Amino acid sequence: MRHKGSVLTAALAAGLLVLAGCGGGDSSSKASGPGGISVPKIDKLASLGSGEGEVNIISWAGYVEDGSNDPKVDWVHDFEKETGCKVNNKVAATSDEMVTLMKTGDYDVVSASGDASLRLIYGGDVAPVNTDLVPNYKDVFDGLKNKQWNSVDGVPYGIPHGRGANLLMYRTDVVKPAPASWGAVFDANSPYKGKITAYDSPIYIADAALYLMKTKPELGIKNPYALDDTQFKAATDLLTAQNKTIGEYWSDYTKEVQAFKSGNSVLGTTWQIITNLAQADKAPVEAILPTEGATGWSDTWMISSKAKHPNCGYLWMNHIISPKANAAVAEWFGEAPANKLACDQTSDKNFCTTFHAQDEDYFSKVWYWTTPIAQCLDGRTDVTCKDYSAWTQAWTTIKG
Amino acid sequence: MTSTVAEGPGRKVGSFLHRHSWLRLAGLLSAPLLWLGVAYLGALAVLLISAFWSVNGFTGDLVKVFSLDNFRTIASEAVYRNVTLRSLGVAAAVTAICVVLAVPMAFFMAKVAAPRYRHWLVIAILTPLWASYLVKAYAWRVLLANGGPIDSLLGGPGRGPGYGLFAVILVLSYLWLPYMILPIYAGLERLPDSMLEASADLGARAWRTFRAIVLPILVPSIFAGSIFTFSLSLGDYIAVQIVGGKTQMIGNVVYANIGAANNLPFAAALATVPVVVMVIYLIAVRRSGALEEL
Repeated sequence: MRHKGSVLTAALAAGLLVLAGCGGGDSSSKASGPGGISVPKIDKLASLGSGEGEVNIISWAGYVEDGSNDPKVDWVHDFEKETGCKVNNKVAATSDEMVTLMKTGDYDVVSASGDASLRLIYGGDVAPVNTDLVPNYKDVFDGLKNKQWNSVDGVPYGIPHGRGANLLMYRTDVVKPAPASWGAVFDANSPYKGKITAYDSPIYIADAALYLMKTKPELGIKNPYALDDTQFKAATDLLTAQNKTIGEYWSDYTKEVQAFKSGNSVLGTTWQIITNLAQADKAPVEAILPTEGATGWSDTWMISSKAKHPNCGYLWMNHIISPKANAAVAEWFGEAPANKLACDQTSDKNFCTTFHAQDEDYFSKVWYWTTPIAQCLDGRTDVTCKDYSAWTQAWTTIKG
Repeated sequence: MTSTVAEGPGRKVGSFLHRHSWLRLAGLLSAPLLWLGVAYLGALAVLLISAFWSVNGFTGDLVKVFSLDNFRTIASEAVYRNVTLRSLGVAAAVTAICVVLAVPMAFFMAKVAAPRYRHWLVIAILTPLWASYLVKAYAWRVLLANGGPIDSLLGGPGRGPGYGLFAVILVLSYLWLPYMILPIYAGLERLPDSMLEASADLGARAWRTFRAIVLPILVPSIFAGSIFTFSLSLGDYIAVQIVGGKTQMIGNVVYANIGAANNLPFAAALATVPVVVMVIYLIAVRRSGALEEL
């Protein structure tokens, strides 16, 4: 690990190399990983054998439900009955925890977000996926296949699970006229000063960068997760100014629902599920995808390179994106399903419309969460970008 | 294992231990000492050591190389100074509010209320501690909400304090008040009524009695209570998240560095700040004799 670290540092200083997806060539002349780490050579599973009797899963809360939270919410028992693979699930709270757990080699599959998946790929913790062995993969939306966070050089490393965008929510009875741009939350003289809310995570810096990308083209921001010193300073300055108008930062979604219901917050970032819950509570709120686009998330099921139950792992990945299971998990969690056919299986027939599942135009404006690293994700090699630990420290400073 | 009085091996062990009293003592104390040494001091030592390490930016692995960078960042960045000062201010304010509220309550419980009601009053003080911390904090979130009960009491939406630094002080004072009342009550209960009567018989007025009789008992008790209110407030981050609006204290910054950033060494370096503050505070308090009141 230390050896890898020194390679990373050396290449970081030289700023020579480009990142995955932008690289492309063979790894001897031009390494595709950050800092010249090439992807460890791991073979994908060639053919599917019979199940090993169990599968060990790491997942986000709500992704693997066996009816213990709500008897009606269960897509695990069907799977166990069908395949004979007993599901052992471990819920992880953060992407960092997922990476740490996957390094132990005790788990077979993981539902990784974009801020963990690349680290798993380059760490050699996950194997490429043979999509031929996952029959349901063909029904996955094209907008989710072979993306920067789930593939390297065209080799898929995971099965897309679902996606969602961070939206702009407002109280229709207070905020008039209705906002159309993120400018509403970045206006230092906002009439809603003290009632604006923002997501409490360093990754929110990308929201400011996205806004600057559209409003200050002279900064030259191409990707909100790849910010050099000047761009980063512009984004953090914008957020420092915004801090004066913020009422509270949210990270717990029930807190956000309550704040909008009571009117403590009237304007700010949200998830679709929060809007739905607030509307169900009769709060007069509306959520929009602003003209600048938005940040969002897209999760991927990945299989461990040290999987002890690879066949059951593949069966699980196929099951979780099967139309019925994918619809159930998308509805339970509140996100757009990855499988096209899932839209016919949802209990709410408008579900896919509400969550824009089939709307590629909608998602083309979404920049999915990705871990910022020192090697600029937009392919620039003449500068060093701010990495996630710099983002974290800046976030503390912004909050003051 | 040493208390068997039956015949046979048990008795032999017993008499052996009787003759070697140091062994008896070692047997009795080794488990708690092991706990103190390994689980408590050991954890603190690991915290201190890891504060000098760093993490690899991409893979998130620990880099176990000695460096003072974490402490340099904490000392040089204004934001950490501000957060520390804010946390100290909150802890001091919470302690002051708790003292002001607890002294009359404890005095009433110990000296004014009829003895048969005393234990009911103690139970009443302890009852809030039975409820979950989170439930109480969320209850305050509802109370302080825009247009919530406190707003209505003060005349309409937006009139109340809302979420923020003031709300943090308010809620923490509510949460930790029992920890202040109980030591003061215990101190005052030990003060014989006859001394108060003697003081009055000798012609002392209320203030003189308070200063000469009550205060010497009260001060160490207050310091003892303040150790709880001060340290609990200094380390809190959950109530701050719930009612603090955009306020952040040391605990929140530590939490952000562990959870979001996976930067354990920097979190450890930050966590040494409240440890140092509490050590200084305890040394100062020791002089008042408050540690005997605990």
